[in-house]
Amino acid sequence: MAIPEGTYGLLAEFDTAGDLVRAAQSSYNAGWRRLDCYTPYPCEEAAEAIGFHRNYVPAITLIGGLMGLTAMFLLETWINLLAYPLNIGGRELFSWVAFMIPAYEWTILFAGLSAAFGMLAMCGLPAPYHPLFNAPNFRTASTDKFFLCLEARDPKFEAAESRTFLEAFKPVSIVEVEY
Amino acid sequence: MALKNVSVNDPMLDPVTGEYRVVGPGHTFKSITEKISRIVLTNRTPVGWFLGLLIAGGGITILLTAVTWLFLRGVGIWGLDMPVAWGFAIINFVWWIGIGHAGTLISAILLLFKQEWRNSINRFAEAMTIFAVVCAGMFPLIHVGRPWLAYWLFPYPNSMAVWPQFRSPLLWDVFAVSTYATISVVFWYIGMIPDLATMRDRAQGKFAQFAFGLFAIGWRGSVRHWMRYETASLLLAGLATPLVLSVHTVISFDFAVATLPGWHTTIFPPYFVAGAVYSGFAMVITLAVPIRKFYHLEDMITTRHLDNMAKVMLTTGLIVAYGYAMELFMAWFSASHWEYFAFWNRLFGPMGWSYAVLIACNIAIPQLMWLRAVRVSPSMMFIMSFIVNIGMWFERFVIVVTSLYRDYLPSSWGTYKATRWDYGTFIGTLGLFTFLFFLFVRFIPMIPMSEVRMLLPQARVKPPVEPLGEPVHGAGD
Repeated sequence: MAIPEGTYGLLAEFDTAGDLVRAAQSSYNAGWRRLDCYTPYPCEEAAEAIGFHRNYVPAITLIGGLMGLTAMFLLETWINLLAYPLNIGGRELFSWVAFMIPAYEWTILFAGLSAAFGMLAMCGLPAPYHPLFNAPNFRTASTDKFFLCLEARDPKFEAAESRTFLEAFKPVSIVEVEY
Repeated sequence: MALKNVSVNDPMLDPVTGEYRVVGPGHTFKSITEKISRIVLTNRTPVGWFLGLLIAGGGITILLTAVTWLFLRGVGIWGLDMPVAWGFAIINFVWWIGIGHAGTLISAILLLFKQEWRNSINRFAEAMTIFAVVCAGMFPLIHVGRPWLAYWLFPYPNSMAVWPQFRSPLLWDVFAVSTYATISVVFWYIGMIPDLATMRDRAQGKFAQFAFGLFAIGWRGSVRHWMRYETASLLLAGLATPLVLSVHTVISFDFAVATLPGWHTTIFPPYFVAGAVYSGFAMVITLAVPIRKFYHLEDMITTRHLDNMAKVMLTTGLIVAYGYAMELFMAWFSASHWEYFAFWNRLFGPMGWSYAVLIACNIAIPQLMWLRAVRVSPSMMFIMSFIVNIGMWFERFVIVVTSLYRDYLPSSWGTYKATRWDYGTFIGTLGLFTFLFFLFVRFIPMIPMSEVRMLLPQARVKPPVEPLGEPVHGAGD
């Protein structure tokens, strides 16, 4: 993939979550779709404001859990019925009650790993490089500042015009981020 | 809330509710971040830290010596003999893993119940879980006799064409504990990613920037990521909750499935879980009290935390007391001669002293926690936590040893005496646990900064949010 060049987007910095949410909501209402907010803690209102209402982590967790359950249960059944049948005190070879316990543990194991790694994959992480890290003030996004980024991919993006648009929200600063 | 003994002008009291605050007053996002990250990012390591590490390192030396000797000579160096073939190793295994359970309870169950006060103690409680599981997991492995073949426990295709026996609780243990360890580590790490990003952004040194940057895997705090992250955290909490209950249930099956008086009871699973949480909270307090004092974190790990944890301990302690009472009642009510004798022997036999210690440490003394003055006093809670941990260790001693040493046939009766290698291994794991914990407080932010930020009043977006510009109607309007 070719490395894109030029502007990644315009990054506006805010002091409070309220200012950010207001700016994000207005941008979304004005028709912006390629935009994102960056906050030092989960801010649900900001996600709602940019139209991000649901995610698919629960679905992937469910699939993972069912896979773990099936895998372990079938493994136990195969081992006890076909591969290595053991007579333990004359008990049923197909002791499904006993098999449920390891199968239950593997349900949780697979579901948990799917939730964690599925979440990271859907976020596109690990991503050691991101153009936003070029913005000199972006380091504070992980401490106490709130950012709104209007991305150049959006058809509405036009450097000078978009900057004027952002200035209406009275941000602390606006930075043009390069790739 | 009673306000006796508390000065009205105490800044740690919330003026509205009269309760102790979860976070001290006057904090901002920045002050919290600075205070917590400074502990890790400073170049000046406190002398006390080195001293502590040194002492803990001594414990590890003992552990290595004991385990090396064990590998050379076999489990015969321990005090194991018929009829007591399960001794310190199993006692310590159950004790350590029980301690770990409070970490999961704090990080998972209290998250599901929206107990926000747990945010600040969550990270180190989870660290405690992982280190406790490390110590716990070691005991069955070194107890198997030929530890280099411990991987035979897992079902894998092998040239001997044998497979594990899936009806055995000991095999269930393998899956329960390995799943527990994995999920705990994953949960801990996922919870740490945003804080690692903060550390990456605040670190001055090249190496620190690189190391934190590597582990922060490029987290940039996008709200889309945050929302998925929150969902994943809730799901992991929802998964860890039944997991933690199942782990100690399975461990109790190791005992309860055996047809031995004193073990073969249906009350074991719930009472083991309650006991695990009880001892785990005690260990959290044992760790929290010195840490908040040493690093001056009294405004983040507050009296409120101690008070709440004391209440959890009081509750689980009473569940455990109910378990003991029910065991004794069933010994009488079952009209089983063997069952009756097992408990008579537990109370009045040659090792009756261990039952007395157990009752004193787990039931009698902790009742002092009904007093508010005890719950809000760090030193009293520290002592209390020690007593409970001792009591819970003795609970496992009583269950393992006093059930085994006098079983059905008087001709097979024996006794149990731990050797210096038993004690050495146990003290060694205490050293290992402490050592890992010292490394943790120095190199990882021990309080989750992003979660404590959420506790601040300024984290709430003030309604109403009036959007500027013309609203655009979406589909379905």
